[in-house]
Amino acid sequence: MTAARIDRIIAGMIGYLPLVILALIWEATTRLGLVSPRMLPRFSDVLGAFLDLLQSGELLTNAIASLRRALIGFAIAVCTGTTLGAGMALVPWIRAALDPIVQIFYPLPKSALIPLVLVWFGLGDTSKTFLVFLGCLLPMILSTYNGMRGVDPLLAWSARSLGASRFDVVREIMLPAALPQILTGLRTTIAFMFLLMVSSELVIATNGLGYMIGAFGDQGSYPAMFATILVVTALGFAADRAFLALTDHLLRWRA
Amino acid sequence: MNDGVGIEIERVTHGYTPKRGRPMVALDDISLSIPAHEFHALLGPSGCGKSTLLFLIGGFQKIQQGRIHTAHGDVCAPGPDRGIVFQNFALFPWKTVIENVRYGLEKKGIKGSEAEQTAKHFIDLVHLNGFERSYPAQLSGGMQQRAAIARTLAIDPDILLMDEPFGALDAQTRRIMQEELLAIWRATRKTVVFVTHDVAEAVYLADTISVMSARPGRIKRLVHASFNRSEDTAVFKSPEFTDMVEHVWDMVRDEVDEARRQGH
Repeated sequence: MTAARIDRIIAGMIGYLPLVILALIWEATTRLGLVSPRMLPRFSDVLGAFLDLLQSGELLTNAIASLRRALIGFAIAVCTGTTLGAGMALVPWIRAALDPIVQIFYPLPKSALIPLVLVWFGLGDTSKTFLVFLGCLLPMILSTYNGMRGVDPLLAWSARSLGASRFDVVREIMLPAALPQILTGLRTTIAFMFLLMVSSELVIATNGLGYMIGAFGDQGSYPAMFATILVVTALGFAADRAFLALTDHLLRWRA
Repeated sequence: MNDGVGIEIERVTHGYTPKRGRPMVALDDISLSIPAHEFHALLGPSGCGKSTLLFLIGGFQKIQQGRIHTAHGDVCAPGPDRGIVFQNFALFPWKTVIENVRYGLEKKGIKGSEAEQTAKHFIDLVHLNGFERSYPAQLSGGMQQRAAIARTLAIDPDILLMDEPFGALDAQTRRIMQEELLAIWRATRKTVVFVTHDVAEAVYLADTISVMSARPGRIKRLVHASFNRSEDTAVFKSPEFTDMVEHVWDMVRDEVDEARRQGH
C-alpha cells in the first residue's frame, strides 16, 4: 500500500469521526443517568446485544429473509419500472394511459397500503415483496420517463443518419443517454426498498429484520431492538456506498 | 451514385405551430437543384428556415408539402447516404472518440479490425490521432467537432449535411476547420449542404450560395462563388473575395433587417 493511499483511507476515516463522537455522547448520557436506560439503552449494551444476536445466528437468518423478499420486489420493480417509463417516453398512448395514474399514486405513502395488502396476500412473503415492489415502482417509472424524455433529440437523429434503426436508437442511444437520471432514480429506489422492507415487516411478518425490531420492542428488549436498527442502518449505508461506486464506474465518461 | 443528381428539392412548403401562437410558414414553396459534388451553402438570417430545410433533406422531419429526392430516391427517413454534422456535435458522450466513429461502421456491418482500421483512418484525417480513447467531455469544442466529422465521413455518405458546424467554435479554430473541411471536400468530392449565417464563410467555402429570405423562408438568389477552387489561403485578402462578400452581404442585409423586425 502506498503512502498516498494510506493517507486517503485515514482522511476517509476522519470524515466519519462525528459518528464516533455521537456514539460517545450516547454512552456518556446513559452512563451519567441523564437519560433513563428504559428510554435509551447504553451504546455498550447495544453492542453486546448485537454480538449475542450475531452469535445465535438469529441476525443472519432474519437478515437473509428480509433481503430476499426486498431484493425480489426491488428487481421486479426495476425491470417493470424502466420498461413502463421507457414506454411512456416513447409511445404517446402509453403516456396518456399511465401519466394520470402515476401522478395520483406517486405522493401516496405506500406504507398506507400495508393493511390492504395483508388482506390480499396474507402473512406470507408475497405481501412484503409486493409492498417493496409498489414502493420501488413509481420512482423507477418516473426517473426512466424523465431521463428518456430529456435526451437530446439530435443524438437520436445522429444515430439514425448513421444507419441505426428505431429500435437501435432506443436501446443504444436513448437508454444510455438517460442512464444518469435512471441511476439517480435507482438510488432513491434503494432507499424506498429498505423503507418498505422494514415497515411492512413491522406490521405483517413472522421473521425478518423489521419483525425483530417490532418483537424486541414489544418484549422491552431495547438493546437488541437498537442493535437490529443499527444493522438495518448499516445495510442501507453499505448498499448506498456500493451503488455510488457502481455509478462512478458506469458514468466515468462524464467530465 | 448516378448522373450528377445531387439533391432535387421540388416545391417544398413547411410550417410549424409554436407552443403558444399561430401557425407559421417556415419554408414557402422552395425549389432548388443541387448538382452532385457541389459545395452548396444555405445562407440567411436566423429564423429563415435554413436549418429546417437541411433537416428535411436529412429526413429527420416529415415533408409536409412537395418532395425531395436524391440519387437514392425520395427522401422519407434519415439514412446513411446523407451524413449530418450538427452545430453542437451530438457525439455520444458515453462512447470514446473511436467508439463514436465505429458506431456507423458497425451499423453497416463492418466489424472487428476492419472497423478499427477504417475508424483510425478517419480519426487521422481530422487530426485527432492520440485521442481515440478520450471521451467527448475530455475534448475541446473544436476537437469534438473533428470527431463528429470523422464519425460522419466514416460511413462514406454521398451527401454531407452541415448545420452551422463551426458556429460554436472560436474564430481561430473556425478558420482552421474551414480550411480542413475544404481539403477533405476536395479529396472526397461529396455533395455538401452547409447551413450558415456567416457571409464570409459561405463565400469562402461554397460553389453556390442560396441566399434565403427572412420568414417565410424563400430562396432569394443563387450566387456562384467558387472561391474554394483556389488552394490559396490568402484568398481572404484578395479584392475579388472582399467584393463578393460585400455583394452577398448587400443581399443578406435586407433580410437581416426584416428578421429583426420579426423579433429574431
